[in-house]
Amino acid sequence: MPGDPAVLIAGPGGTQAQIARIRADLGLDQPLGVQYLAFLRDLAKGDLGRSLAFQRPVVSVLATRIGPTLWLMATSLALTVVIALPAGLLAAARPLAVESQGLMAATILLLSVPNFLVGLILMDLLVVRLGWLPAAGTGGLLFLVMPTLAVAARLVALVSRTARASLLEILGEDYLRTARAKGVGSLAVLLRHALRPALIPIVTMIGLQAGYLLGGSVVIETLFAYQGLGQAMINAVSLRDYPLVQGIASVYVVGFLILNLLVDLSYALVDPRIRHA
Amino acid sequence: MRSRTARAFAMPSALAGGGLCAAFALLGVLGPWLVRRDPLEQDLSAFLRPPSVSLWFGTDDLGRDLWSRVVLAARADLLLVVLGVALAVALALPLGLAAGYWRGPVDRVVTALSDAALTFPSLVLAVVLVSLLGSGLSGVVAAVGLTTAPALCRLVRALVLQTTACDFVDAARALGAAHGAILGRHVLPSVLGRAIVYTTLLGSHALLTITALGFLGLGIQPPAPEWGNMLAAARTYLATAPWLTFFPALAIVLVILGLNLLGEALRDALDPKLLWRP
Repeated sequence: MPGDPAVLIAGPGGTQAQIARIRADLGLDQPLGVQYLAFLRDLAKGDLGRSLAFQRPVVSVLATRIGPTLWLMATSLALTVVIALPAGLLAAARPLAVESQGLMAATILLLSVPNFLVGLILMDLLVVRLGWLPAAGTGGLLFLVMPTLAVAARLVALVSRTARASLLEILGEDYLRTARAKGVGSLAVLLRHALRPALIPIVTMIGLQAGYLLGGSVVIETLFAYQGLGQAMINAVSLRDYPLVQGIASVYVVGFLILNLLVDLSYALVDPRIRHA
Repeated sequence: MRSRTARAFAMPSALAGGGLCAAFALLGVLGPWLVRRDPLEQDLSAFLRPPSVSLWFGTDDLGRDLWSRVVLAARADLLLVVLGVALAVALALPLGLAAGYWRGPVDRVVTALSDAALTFPSLVLAVVLVSLLGSGLSGVVAAVGLTTAPALCRLVRALVLQTTACDFVDAARALGAAHGAILGRHVLPSVLGRAIVYTTLLGSHALLTITALGFLGLGIQPPAPEWGNMLAAARTYLATAPWLTFFPALAIVLVILGLNLLGEALRDALDPKLLWRP
């Protein structure tokens, strides 16, 4: 394993004796199996150890970092739904129209742009050229604008493609022809009869992207110096702050499981057949 | 009837995707013969020169020729993609085949492993792996391979389960064929097509991971040219020398676009449910 945390803490002037003492204090001189058992024992007590870099309990670092990340996830998801659903509806309502074809071409292009590149382009446009936004940091809503756009870009493209595909599939169903035949307007057919069953694949796609939503923000948070979990993760990795890396990784796993549970629960909300099964 | 692959290449998007991939593969292979200057050679008298007729892509903050750097970065990035995906296939194909064919305890172990890996956001897993294995070629390849393998393994397993339920597999078994022969001659060929398509799409995901690691300073280390670390270095000059960002960015976008277009076209062509497509 490259990089010994004890050497990093002792600094460039650290003597062998100091390094050995730090290693013993941290329990790093124990065999790996013993260290792991100690980690599990503390984990059961809700103790994730102390962050080496912050010199604070890992739990308290997580507590201050989780809020900004949750905000970023929430705003990205909200923006995705607000843009992608109407885009998908439009593209499905008139699949052969120039706008729809253009929209789908734009989503393919958007899917080919890494999110940090979206972030760089936003920075160039909104900070350097227009001067509308602060460059980086955490704080008010203004600091959320660029990270949100950068994280959401990929999701918008994916979800609007999924929305279009699933709507197009459902629009071929007999009951929709019946609805149209009895004189329901095409907009009402889309919104009242087609949208709801089409939501299942859309929700699934959002669930599949839960990992991206959690992990994709790692790069974006670092790029914008946004003080969330992802940025702390990258810092912790480069400083060999293994207790903090373990703590954040645990939060990611729990977050991933919760997001998937929410997706499963929302199926029941969308489709009454699942609710009664 | 034309073959499905031929039909795939009749689509303009597949041609464009295939063309882009082929062009960059050529760039990667022929790289050293296409550049006129050493990508590491500094020339402080000619730093931050904008693109011109003699310096196609301009120079960076240390006066290095950007064309040489972008072209040789293609070699580095594409090599990482190929090696990373190859590692993923080498891990996922045998494990997925075994899990889907023998089921039982083998399947439970393989499925538990891949599910556990999939609860981590893949980029986070890659970051942790690179920090444990060290950045540099082998660390990045391992990180890409290990983060890509679980999803591929699940796909292969699902395809094998589907295939072993078919009559022709039963027939082979009834004729007394050995496990190896059934797997190699009957199961593998019918799984391989769709697995290859998925692998193309995984390639674009692998490039996203590689460049993100490079951008975070955890991948291939400067001064060796790599698109991600070039973009990280270009951040300071975003306003004054935008070409430093533009060319590596364009290269990344074109390769991913090519892989996505090619992968989607092949998938559409091979998916029997989409046969009605005009």
